[in-house]
Amino acid sequence: MAEAVLSKQTSRDARGLLKVVILALIAGAAIASRLFSVIRFESVIHEFDPWFNFRASKYLVKNGFYDFINWFDERSWYPLGRVAGGTLYPGLMITSGLIHNALKAINYPVDIRNICVLLAPGFSGLTALATYWFTKEMKDESAGLLAAAFIGIAPGYISRSVAGSYDNEAIAIFLLMFTFFLWIKALKVGSAFWGGLAALFYYYMVAAWGGYVFITNMIPLHVFVLILMGRFSNRIYVAYSSWYALGTLMSMQIPFVGFQPIRTSEHMAALGIFGLVQIVAFVEFVRGQVPSKQFQVLLRSFVVVMFVGGLAALVGLTLSGTIAPWTGRFYSLWDTGYAKVHIPIIASVSEHQPTAWPSYFFDLGMLIWLFPAGVYMCFRELRDEHVFVIVYAVMASYFSGVMVRLMLTLTPCVCVSAAMAASTLLDSFLDVTTSPSVSAEAATTAAVESNSGKPAAEKSTSAIETQASKMIKGMSNKRSEKPVGIYSKANRLVVVSSFLMYFILFVYHCTWVTSNAYSSPSVVLASRMPDGSQHIIDDYREAYYWLRKNTPEDARIMSWWDYGYQIAGMADRTTLVDNNTWNNTHIATVGKAMSSREEVSYPILKKHDVDYVLVIFGGLLGYSGDDINKFLWMVRIAEGIWPDEVKERDFFTARGEYRIDDEATPTMKNSLMYKMSYYNYDKLFPQGQAMDRVRGSRLPAEGPVLNTLEEAFTSENWIVRIYKVKDLDNVGRDHASAMQFEQGKKKRRRSGGNKGVVRKLRV
Amino acid sequence: VLPADAAIYKTLWHSYTTKTPQKLKILDAFMAFLVVVGVLQFVYCVLVGNYPFNAFLAGFASTVGQFVLTASLRIQANPANKATFESVSPNRAFADFAFASVILHFFVVNFLG
Repeated sequence: MAEAVLSKQTSRDARGLLKVVILALIAGAAIASRLFSVIRFESVIHEFDPWFNFRASKYLVKNGFYDFINWFDERSWYPLGRVAGGTLYPGLMITSGLIHNALKAINYPVDIRNICVLLAPGFSGLTALATYWFTKEMKDESAGLLAAAFIGIAPGYISRSVAGSYDNEAIAIFLLMFTFFLWIKALKVGSAFWGGLAALFYYYMVAAWGGYVFITNMIPLHVFVLILMGRFSNRIYVAYSSWYALGTLMSMQIPFVGFQPIRTSEHMAALGIFGLVQIVAFVEFVRGQVPSKQFQVLLRSFVVVMFVGGLAALVGLTLSGTIAPWTGRFYSLWDTGYAKVHIPIIASVSEHQPTAWPSYFFDLGMLIWLFPAGVYMCFRELRDEHVFVIVYAVMASYFSGVMVRLMLTLTPCVCVSAAMAASTLLDSFLDVTTSPSVSAEAATTAAVESNSGKPAAEKSTSAIETQASKMIKGMSNKRSEKPVGIYSKANRLVVVSSFLMYFILFVYHCTWVTSNAYSSPSVVLASRMPDGSQHIIDDYREAYYWLRKNTPEDARIMSWWDYGYQIAGMADRTTLVDNNTWNNTHIATVGKAMSSREEVSYPILKKHDVDYVLVIFGGLLGYSGDDINKFLWMVRIAEGIWPDEVKERDFFTARGEYRIDDEATPTMKNSLMYKMSYYNYDKLFPQGQAMDRVRGSRLPAEGPVLNTLEEAFTSENWIVRIYKVKDLDNVGRDHASAMQFEQGKKKRRRSGGNKGVVRKLRV
Repeated sequence: VLPADAAIYKTLWHSYTTKTPQKLKILDAFMAFLVVVGVLQFVYCVLVGNYPFNAFLAGFASTVGQFVLTASLRIQANPANKATFESVSPNRAFADFAFASVILHFFVVNFLG
């Protein structure tokens, strides 16, 4: 019988083996479900940010650790350069560098690209393991296994960790969960060893991801809530003090973090709670020494006064400027309208938008409705570590509602809570040992029970009652001496099988979401031919390789910042701005050059030694993420710096419409971006029938004229268009009059050239 | 905030001197020494300025860190707290203390630059 295998006769060894096998299978599933894109397309880095991480990893592997830490990258932010070693979180690159060297050391050399591509799936297996340990501390091993299975395949986490997504979050979620596990362990045991380990992994987390601030605020918040609940114990003192004292010192060793842990508001909660814990511990110590009642009351008020005084000191230091206030990125989490008004560059990123409710169901499936139940169960038991889950759930839920990308930090908490809820339910309904009909010896105990309680026949009729009483086991145990438990097989079968069905559906849902939504590399675009076969649109790499092969080694490419990392990574050319948006003015300069008339833009391009300008144009293919659709953000960012020269209003028609057809405003038609996007585009179509398939509108009959740039390359589907900046005129004329002169003298001749082939325009 | 009544402090001191074991008093002396060193560093920093700020922080963090680690050891080794720490024997507490101190000082030296 199946029950016999699972009963007490089963040795602990067999359970241990089962556990290892289950965890290995979960890790296998977690890795396998992230490989869709590698199998469908190729082993390539996705998105934008990973291209910089990949480039930095290559640099690390090639030049060694010390060169990497001191790396000055002169191929980005052209006139300025970037102190890359001091402005990145090196944890990701060092991890993959270590793996690369370790594999090399055992004579199994793997290309660094493949390590970078497969790092996130590998670490997702470790995340499942860390979640298992964490949940084990919360409830028991079976809940841990469920939580590990959930996080292994939950789309909310997969979305940021598919193969090829070589971003910081790839290792950060593992470190987050493992640090939290070590913290809970330290708190439970009250040991400086676990506190020190938590600090070490916190250090690794700081090295890996800017989201470490979440940990820095979660742990103090947990401690603060525990103190307010009157649960202060010496274990809290030992765990928190050792974590904070070591962790803060360690976090300051990361060059990018520097002195921030003592100078910025984000880290002040941790410092304040550190002070509070010291005071509370001291007062508790003194209270134990003196019996006087009045004195003890005074000591309590002493703690409150010290706390208020400390808070006032922090506020005063912040107001006086000694402690830096919240940075815009974090502040916009509290004041959700702040970024849109003051820092358009933050608001312009699509990941920074509020979350719509369907994406909760999309990313978390059935876990989202088990999540509140799990939090409720934490409330019912409410041990110190359950307070942590509650605090984590509240904070992460809020943040994920404010910003789409923070769904990632919510997912582990949801998995843990949902696993606790599901496992409590399964505990009740799979509890075979109390069943009266399992075996002979169980029957005798049942007989004893039925003596005191109801006859067996009644039991099945009062199934719902029994069920309910089992669900509130803790309460009914105290209230009555009646035996509790679910004795009817039908009950169990219905509940357990329906949950089994939910679990199976969850697996299907996760696989479907992963396969359809989160496994498409943005570097290659996949489309379907009418017969259902796949057609790959590879314009990005076509254009980047053109740049790589056909331009001088030191050519400067200007593009909008979205493509900076990809150009540096794939084309290996110098860019003006990139995805690390540390210098807003420089980005606004590019925005101004893109959105101004040629006469204004040309001097800007010349001053910045720009050789080529690259724009993304999706009008021919209907690719909506192109630069015309991003154009308004360029205008807004430029307007933030030069409100007199660039005005957003000028790009709208009198009726407030953003148009590109005949009715487009003169400012729009004369902007460099418009001209570059639609240059020669009308030649593709019969006279006067040029259509833009993204905007869905007909273009003006007359195509734009470019005086200061010449078309250097246009990719097969016209997605990437590259223009060469003309040199100054030989005889000192401005470009417009030189063009007019030449056109009047001889008829303009177009060199024939098929699209996709390099085109030189003779003028 | 605290009462000015000297008698309370007298009982406090008396209870401390009589009830505290010798080993814990040694730890207390060490902690007092760390406080003195920390205060001295801080005063020096206020008077002279914080130019090599990382050096100041390393020194100050080492005293603060060592103080809280010693305080942790004192709490764990205190027989009165046995109930709170079921799984931490005094020997284990000392091993924890040694482990955490070694890490702390590794990072202090690294941060001194």
